[in-house]
Amino acid sequence: MKITYPHLGSLSIAMHGLLEDLGLDVQAPPPITKRTINLGVRHSPEFACFPLKINMGNFIEALEAGADTIVMAGGTGPCRFGYYAQVQREILRDLGYNFEMIVLEPPQGQMSELVDKIKELCGDKSWPEVMRALHTAWRRIKAMDQLHALTLKVRPRELEKGSTTKAYKEALQPIASARSNAQIEEALRRGTKTVKAVPCDYEKDVLRIGLVGEIYMILEPYANLYIENVLGEMGVEVERSIYISHWIKEHLVLSSLGLKGSKQIKKAAAPYLNHFVGGHGWESVGDTVLYARKGFDGVVHILPFTCTPEIVAQSILPTVSREQGIPVISFSLDEQAGEAGFITRLEAFLDLLSQRRIKTKTM
Amino acid sequence: MTVKVGIPRALLYYHYYPGWEAFFRSLGAEVVLSDETTKKIVDSGVRLAVDEACLPVKLYLGHLANLRDKGVDCIFAPRVVSVERKKYLCPKFLGLPEIARFGVPDLPRLLDVEINVHQQYQKTRRDLKKLAAGFDRRPWVIARALRAAKLAQDEYEATLRLGHTPHDVLSGTENTYQEGKLRVAVLGHAYNLNDKFISMDLLSKLREFGAEVVTAEMLRPQDIKRGAGLLEKEIFWTFGKELMGAAFHLLEEGKIDGVVLVASFGCGPDSLVCELVERMYKRGKNAPVLMLTLDEHTGEAGVVTRLEAFIDMLRWRKAV
Ligand code: SF4
Ligand code: SF4
Repeated sequence: MKITYPHLGSLSIAMHGLLEDLGLDVQAPPPITKRTINLGVRHSPEFACFPLKINMGNFIEALEAGADTIVMAGGTGPCRFGYYAQVQREILRDLGYNFEMIVLEPPQGQMSELVDKIKELCGDKSWPEVMRALHTAWRRIKAMDQLHALTLKVRPRELEKGSTTKAYKEALQPIASARSNAQIEEALRRGTKTVKAVPCDYEKDVLRIGLVGEIYMILEPYANLYIENVLGEMGVEVERSIYISHWIKEHLVLSSLGLKGSKQIKKAAAPYLNHFVGGHGWESVGDTVLYARKGFDGVVHILPFTCTPEIVAQSILPTVSREQGIPVISFSLDEQAGEAGFITRLEAFLDLLSQRRIKTKTM
Repeated sequence: MTVKVGIPRALLYYHYYPGWEAFFRSLGAEVVLSDETTKKIVDSGVRLAVDEACLPVKLYLGHLANLRDKGVDCIFAPRVVSVERKKYLCPKFLGLPEIARFGVPDLPRLLDVEINVHQQYQKTRRDLKKLAAGFDRRPWVIARALRAAKLAQDEYEATLRLGHTPHDVLSGTENTYQEGKLRVAVLGHAYNLNDKFISMDLLSKLREFGAEVVTAEMLRPQDIKRGAGLLEKEIFWTFGKELMGAAFHLLEEGKIDGVVLVASFGCGPDSLVCELVERMYKRGKNAPVLMLTLDEHTGEAGVVTRLEAFIDMLRWRKAV
């Protein structure tokens, strides 16, 4: 058995580590390139959302490279994601690939269902071994998220363009190859130092922008046209509303204990949207309100073309923006999104934000 | 004075109008429908909604504006989350009252009761009673209204199963049911198939071509359920499940000559459901599929040409 998984930002690193720690033979999907996208688009339904298409590209390239088993997440709706795997499997079958697809359905109440499935996947591992692997994966995710949040603060202040991104890459490597919790802590400590060592101008006045939207688009830089790097290098401090470690805590841990996370976000959203709408639509609205309250200069909302929950959010955000006094720009992205138009619109948005700042300062 | 409750002739109107109407009538309210879709309604909906919204949602906003202009006292715009266990409607229905409120200016009060059978069955019943109490506080009147709604709805659904489309019944048109030489299944959201503007009157056109039209509403619920059960994982959208269940059942039964699949441009659920249906039928090789993706830019001439060609092809297949 040669197992593979879809890319999702730095989560892929943790996923890879986890599967290896579970003693499985892992075939990483090749990094996302233009070819991945083209393959995915060619073999996916035209109006499927962009993440599904990129997944497809990953799967095809991984199968070509010799994988014969795919692990994929499931879901119970109402958003499309819960049906991705079913459609992807049928398409890949029609394409003639021979493979097995293991769908990890979210626990309906009990975390143990999910753990059971994972255990089934790696038959000869003992319980404590599985738990240890899961714990290491969790540590790795947290370490990467922590490092990532730091780069968002450093990047807009760097003296030499690109130096933060370079330092971040350098710092990630040891976290990826660490084999134990202790090694991860050590790699994180050293990585933090590396990123902090980037020469910066800490006096610089920077714009602050909150990033909200659909989770895949937020987490996968290839899909969002590296928006965090682009904005950072334009001198903007970005805060990302979604981290995978928060997501796991909320959806897998807290909800299985019967606790609900992100109360604050939902409370903030309430005057505009007081109901879940699948995906991250609710959070997009709530986070925008919170960013306004925290005095951010603006919000960038990213969604895949045709994303249903985010279209609900998009319908509401203009009102939020007006009433809360925070400029919001929506980017609906897919394989046709051109970089040129994207940058132009971002620049115009930043101009607007700078002018607003000057105005409020002189007032 | 009787309260005027507006109901938009869009989206779930095609599924539940008879029930809703009976409910409000027996509470002593006057029910006002928005006009049948006109170019003007479409244009205003397109203007009010975000670009990326699907055409049915754009039309919904257009119909709300139309009701507002008619001067109704309130508009019934429920948040329909789930109408059966473990199934949802598309996310847009979950946020529909907000899409409406923040999309259409100066709307009268929205009666945005939440219908959530899967997660909040008891609360849904309570909320419906609360809604009714806003019209008439007497418990027996409320109970009567709920009963009347159920009765009217059951009767409506029974009539549909006799071979009528929602449009036939709701518009009170003559019984156009005919045993045709060709049996064509037309599968898609009721609000797409039965709105003459969106569908370009596809159902009548097929009938004019001499085809007998079969829609999901005409099938027995148990057949749909069984059909949907043939999937590896059940579909969690009610309408997606119905479409898929109907498609599977009809494929197995083998009594149709072809299928016209109708989807909205940019529709989330349809993008996956229709993909699976097309693949299944291709594997089965028994009945050809014509896939129509509709939006406000779709030209009628193109659709007619494709329909004609499709029907010709079905006839020709049958002849050989
Ligand atoms: S949240 Fe949006 S992009 Fe993600 S699966 Fe749902 S519809 Fe697709
Ligand atoms: S199911 Fe499709 S057509 Fe219906 S509201 Fe949702 S996206 Fe629009």
